[in-house]
Amino acid sequence: MSDHEAQTPATEGDAANPCENCEANGGKGRRGFLFAAGTTLLTVGGGLAAVPIVTVAIDPGEAPNPNRWISLGKASNFKPDQTVFVKFIMPWSSPTDGETNQNACYVRCVEPGKFQVFAINCAHLGCPVEWFAQSRLFMCPCHGGVYYEDGSRASGPPPRGLFEYEWRITDGNLEVFAGRLPGLQEGP
Amino acid sequence: MRMPRFLSRSAAMIDDRTGLITATQGAMYHRVPRNAKWWYVFGSATLMFFIIQLVTGVLLTTLYVPSAAEAYSSLVYIDEKVPGGWMLRALHGWSSNAMCVMMLIHMTQVFLHGTYKYPRELTWVAGTLLCLTTLALAFTGQVMRWDSNAYWGLGIGAAIVDRAPFIGNWLRAIVLGGPDISGATLSRFFALHVFILPGAAIALIGLHLMLVLKNGISEMPKPGAPVEPETYREEYHARIKKTGVPFFPDAARRDMVFCGAMLIVLIGIAAWFGPFGPGPVPDPTIIEVSPKPDTLFLWIFAVLALLPPNTETFLLLAGPPVIIGFLAALPFISPTGERAPSRRPLSVVILVAIVTALGVLTVLGEYEPWSPRMRAWTSDTTPVEYVKHRSPLELQGALQLQYAQCRNCHSIGGIGGKRGPALDAVATRLSWDQLVRQIQQGGGNMPAYGKNLSSAEVEALVAFLSTLDDQAQPALIPGAMEAQPARDESPTVADASAAP
Repeated sequence: MSDHEAQTPATEGDAANPCENCEANGGKGRRGFLFAAGTTLLTVGGGLAAVPIVTVAIDPGEAPNPNRWISLGKASNFKPDQTVFVKFIMPWSSPTDGETNQNACYVRCVEPGKFQVFAINCAHLGCPVEWFAQSRLFMCPCHGGVYYEDGSRASGPPPRGLFEYEWRITDGNLEVFAGRLPGLQEGP
Repeated sequence: MRMPRFLSRSAAMIDDRTGLITATQGAMYHRVPRNAKWWYVFGSATLMFFIIQLVTGVLLTTLYVPSAAEAYSSLVYIDEKVPGGWMLRALHGWSSNAMCVMMLIHMTQVFLHGTYKYPRELTWVAGTLLCLTTLALAFTGQVMRWDSNAYWGLGIGAAIVDRAPFIGNWLRAIVLGGPDISGATLSRFFALHVFILPGAAIALIGLHLMLVLKNGISEMPKPGAPVEPETYREEYHARIKKTGVPFFPDAARRDMVFCGAMLIVLIGIAAWFGPFGPGPVPDPTIIEVSPKPDTLFLWIFAVLALLPPNTETFLLLAGPPVIIGFLAALPFISPTGERAPSRRPLSVVILVAIVTALGVLTVLGEYEPWSPRMRAWTSDTTPVEYVKHRSPLELQGALQLQYAQCRNCHSIGGIGGKRGPALDAVATRLSWDQLVRQIQQGGGNMPAYGKNLSSAEVEALVAFLSTLDDQAQPALIPGAMEAQPARDESPTVADASAAP
């Protein structure tokens, strides 16, 4: 270790211990100034560099309003008293999304012109629920959440009913307001 | 054999300028307790598997495309077209499991022997952080597979963080990299899996090993020889000086034998079982899936199914910090005293409880009795004994049992879902009226079918269920029924109870 210490570049005659004069403020006079200048420059530079780093790391580009109106086709295609599985393309898809640029929902036509549109994601932990037309139930394969045809919770661990998308009819097309993976806090 | 002169001179020069050889020799020949025997090989094995992960992982990044559009096809390409590619993936997948297993055994040994006590508290803390890093690597590695399980696993992760009060929404966006699971999600998990987490693991392994060298390898615990900080170091060094042996080759021999054997076992398993997945494509519109995590995380999957709903969010959010905090705080809760398991009954009980709980939860996670069998209603057969000599109404009920998806949650003849009770002897538990009420009104975690089945359908169903009184239970052992034909052929009590 003594070799190593001897090789440390000594400055201004402090060969024995280059840090003898290093107080908390970095010393006095020219040394103090250099220390303060170094600290300031590094802090400012680091702060500036941190802006894009923190921005990208903290804000992953979730648009403030991720949902868009998405057409699911002619409203008249949906027959009363039927629940059907409908696929759609997410509004925020990018070329690298592959199959994940799609999503799906269940459209329940209560009566002509009146709908319920459910997210496929179970309200428990987001697994895809499956519709069984015979027993008129949605069942989740993960932990056994079950919902009635109106989306209300029937049994199992889900804390609420299925998430419902807002819908409207424009020019005869059924549109849903979607784009965000549904979650317990904000719904779809 | 003497080293050629030019070699020894080169070595001396390199050591003079870098100090590397002296440092390496210091680590290699540091003295370790003589009684550090086979118990001590698991840490080395963990490190070996980590090195395998680094080598195979770096090679995989030369073939894998971390884009949601191409990841899946690049995996298929590695498996099917790249010479030896499947084996590379198999080694990476199985070595990941092996690393976790060795790490858990190592942790168990350290806990059981009280090795975390003075002066090795921070070695344990670094180890705890390494454990978390390793688990995070395993989870993010599962995401790299970019199949249906990866997709829905991410969805489950997102749903859990989304429950955090105030910051849930923001946290979820950080995890997913956007409002939804997409290409951005894979990109950030790729960065975690190949840069951030391995970097953290390398740094922590360095720290962990440095601390092992600084404080020395612990001796086997001896009952009646408690750790006393005032005298421990002095006594340890005195003993090691007197009775210790150099790590290399004395202790390293066992490490080498064990690691070598494990390496060969790993290669055998990888070659025999092949790579993990990829499973079905990660298409969110394909919902005929049964998402399930890798074996390592099955216990969490089980916990998520079994937590009471009203405490679930609290336990999901508070549980991990409490568990991690307890692990990290362990050496400060109990820094001194006895190390021998025979003098620490509470620790042994806690360890047995944890191991049992994790084991039971993992087995439950494997069988997932809480999950409906989504295809049971169309694919599961009805035992012949249950439909022999049945009236048309009862047969209609047997069909109804399939048609109304009852089998997804209820088994008969041992086949079907396990979420609800088996129905083989339901007629011995419930009367006709009780059956009708249970079907129509549900309850006890069963949905109410009142609006979904007509009264005729319910009547047929109950007529069939009323025949299920255990009398006609098919033989679970082939041939056993032939031994008691009288019981089988008789008109049975079922016919009598069929009428209300």
